[in-house]
Order: sequence, then C-alpha cells, then structure tokens
Amino acid sequence: MATGNKTRDTLWTLIAAPTIWAVHFALSYGSVAYGCAPNENVFADIGGFRIFVGGLTVVALVGIGFIFARALGEWRGNGGRMPHDEDTAAVRERFLEFSTVLLAGLSFIAVIYTALPVALMADCR
Amino acid sequence: MIFVCAGFAGCTSPQSALDPAGTEAETVATLFWVMLVGAILIWLAVIGLSVFATRIRPKAYGETAGLRLIVWGGCVFPVVVLTALLVWGLQMMPPMRAEANGPTIAVSGERFWWRVAYGVEGEPGVSKTLPEGGTPSANEIWLPAGQRTELLLGSPDVIHSLWVPSIAGKMDAIPGRVNRLVVEPTKPGVYNGVCAEFCGDAHAQMALRVVVVPADEYEAYVARQGAPASVETGNAGFRAFMQNGCDACHAVRGTGAAGEVGPDLTHLASRRTIAAATLPMSRDNLAEFIGFTHRVKPGVQMPSYGMLAEEEIAAIAGWLETLQ
Ligand code: HEC
Ligand SMILES: [Cu+2]
Repeated sequence: MATGNKTRDTLWTLIAAPTIWAVHFALSYGSVAYGCAPNENVFADIGGFRIFVGGLTVVALVGIGFIFARALGEWRGNGGRMPHDEDTAAVRERFLEFSTVLLAGLSFIAVIYTALPVALMADCR
Repeated sequence: MIFVCAGFAGCTSPQSALDPAGTEAETVATLFWVMLVGAILIWLAVIGLSVFATRIRPKAYGETAGLRLIVWGGCVFPVVVLTALLVWGLQMMPPMRAEANGPTIAVSGERFWWRVAYGVEGEPGVSKTLPEGGTPSANEIWLPAGQRTELLLGSPDVIHSLWVPSIAGKMDAIPGRVNRLVVEPTKPGVYNGVCAEFCGDAHAQMALRVVVVPADEYEAYVARQGAPASVETGNAGFRAFMQNGCDACHAVRGTGAAGEVGPDLTHLASRRTIAAATLPMSRDNLAEFIGFTHRVKPGVQMPSYGMLAEEEIAAIAGWLETLQ
C-alpha cells in the first residue's frame, strides 16, 4: 500500500525502536546487577561488564539509527508533511512513518542515558 | 528583605541540608542551588514568552514559528540540559562512595531508637547482620571531623532510615542486610538526625544527635564510653533499678545490669537527650519518661512505671543522672 517505496509500516515497525531500547535496558541492568551481585568487593573494577554494555549500546544505537533513517526517508518520500488527518491508507502510512521517526529519536537518547552510568562509573559502588 | 531573611532563617540550623557540614551534604547543596537557579531561569523564560506572545506582540504566529519553538525549546534544549545534568550528577557519585579512612561504627535502627557500637570490624560484601562487639552506646553518634567514617546500618525489626541532613544524604537500615554509608563531616558541632522511613507509632520521635569533634577528642570519647560505669551501687536508686527489673532490658556495665533489649545506660548522663532525642537530658525528664513512658513516647518496648511511688522514681532518676 506504500506509495511507491519500500516497507509497509505497521504497529510492529512502529515499536521496533522502543523494543530495542527495552532489550538494551534489561540486558544492561541485568548484566551489571549480575556482575555486582556477590558484592565481595564493591571497589573492584567491572571492566568486562562495561565493555559488554558498551558493545550492546553500539549495536542498539546502530539499529535504532537505521530505523530512524528508513522511516524518515520514507516519510519524506511520501510528502513529509503534517497534518496526518485524512482517512486514507497513504496518510496512515505517512503517520506511522512519522511516529516511528519520533519514537526512534526518543529511544536513541534513552539508550545513551541508560549506558551513561557505566561510562562514568568503574565499579559496583 | 526582612521576608527574605525570615525565609532563610531556617537554612542555618543543626538539621538543614542547606547548611552543609559534610562533603556529601555540600555536594547535594551545590546540586540543589544550581538546579534552583536553572529552574528559576526556565520559569522566567516560559512566563516571559507567554507574556510576549499574549501582551507585547499578540498576533497569530505561523506554523514554522510554532514548529521551531517545539523542536528547539521542547526537544533540543531539554536533551542538552538533561544530558549535562546527568553527566554532572553521575560523576559526583564515585567520590561520595569512596573508601573510608576513619573508624567503623555500627548503627542499628530499632523501634524507636538507635543502637550504636563504635569500632566494629566490618566484613567485606553485603552481610546479613551487623557485626558484634564494639563499644556500645545509643542515640548519639560521635564522629571525627575531617575523616571518612563508615557507618554500617542494620535493623532487627522494620526498615528505618538514617538521615543527618547537615552531613550526608539518607541511607536505609534494612532487616537482614547491612548497608554502608560513608560520612565525612567537615565542621565540628552538634547536628540533628532523624529516622526518615516510617517505622511505627513513635517514628517521629526517633531522632538522634550527631556530635562532630576533632579526631583526638573522638578517640578519648570512645575510650570513656568503653569504660565501666563509675557509680555508687549502695543507694536506694540503684536498688530500685534492680528490683524493678530495669536490668532485664538495660545494661549498666560494671554493676551487674546486663540487659540487651534497650539502650545501654552505662554513660547515659553523658548524652544530650533521652529516648532518641525526645527529651533533653535532665533528672526531671528522666523521672517523667520512667513514670509516663507511653505518654512521652507512645509505642516503645519499655513498660510505663507509673505504678511506682514518686520517691522511688525520683531515686532511680537521681541515680541514672550520675551515670556520667
Ligand atoms: C522491656 C524492656 C525494658 C524495661 C523492663 C525497661 N526499659 Fe527502659 N527502655 C527500653 C527501651 C526499648 C528503650 C528505648 C525507648 C525508645 O527511645 O524508643 C528504653 C529507654 C530507656 C531510657 C532512655 C535511654 C536513652 O538512651 O535515651 C531510660 C532512661 C530507661 N529506659 C530507663 C529505664 C528504667 C529506669 C527502667 C526500670 C524502671 C527501664 N528502663 C525498664 C526497654 C526497657
Ligand atoms: Cu525508625
């Protein structure tokens, strides 16, 4: 149904970026909590877990960046205008693309904020 | 001006996070002032903008102007400000949790008072119970100025929280777990602390005093607290204390009274307050607390001794007052 170009947007493509954010959040918090759980020495470095979260963050940001770029490109290709208030499939598509762009932007920032603590803290304190 | 002064009179007090006397409280106060100023500036900008748009230049603004306002004022600006605050706040945390270089003190929150033990051996990691031993005391914590003292916090009953606003942020005392709070008081003085987690009837009367002194004075104080009581045991006051079973719950080291339920009374009269900073230390207040325990402090574990003759209570209070 997409007018001319690529992916047909659905609620699934819409929530893809926030899902990456959620998975990144759960894995980041889960892994560091696991690393700090015995808590024998709160001053010991948790370098391995920081690298893991760092790698995870890069993957998540690339994924979200890709979703952002795709949705933005398609929205622009479909006219790139507001409002999205007509009762047609084309406008619905454009609306979903635009919402995807906004959610991807939000998720991108959220993933960075999730990762910032391990960037600035080296141990379990 | 008078109003400003009146408003800020509360800022210089022994219990104010805005009058810091410890490194952690200073960090928190700095953060507070910066955010307050920032919030005022943002408020002025928002109000200014709405006055501008409705009074100074009231007209219909185009869609691009509105969009620009949303993108810059609603997205870019908050992201930049929040990121800066997050980075600034996060890098404050490691030094706040830096290792202690002073004494280790166990503090147990118990409904509705604080059990204190100076000079305990802390274990690495998270333990389930506070370490045994140390020099016992209650409801008053002395700290050496300029040193980082480690407080180990625990509880035998419900969750309490130790908060001495002038010195540091709060930390919970949780049953089955030992939390660590490292405090670094900078200015000698007497400060107030409170229980900051609702724990029952007398929660609001579960306070304490924190006395910050130079390091050598701290050593001398702990040595004095460790010594047995030098007190007469041949008088009516001591006899009444033992006959009425006070020793079942209270220890007075050196006299045979060795109860462990309530506060150690060996050096009771050297403390500034009684019953967790509920009343100032005095003979009259001691008598009132013994005779009308639950009227003074509802919910405490100690029974009221209102049935005793007034002279007997007075004798006990008189004897307690000699526990220097
Ligand atoms: C059942 C145990 C129990 C008995 C018996 C008991 N007390 Fe207490 N007492 C306590 C507890 C618990 C507290 C702490 C109350 C609080 O502040 O929450 C306390 C507090 C006190 C305090 C204040 C201590 C401080 O550090 O501020 C004094 C003084 C005192 N008791 C004296 C007595 C005397 C005198 C008797 C005997 C007539 C007595 N107690 C009998 C349990 C007991
Ligand atoms: Cu409490």
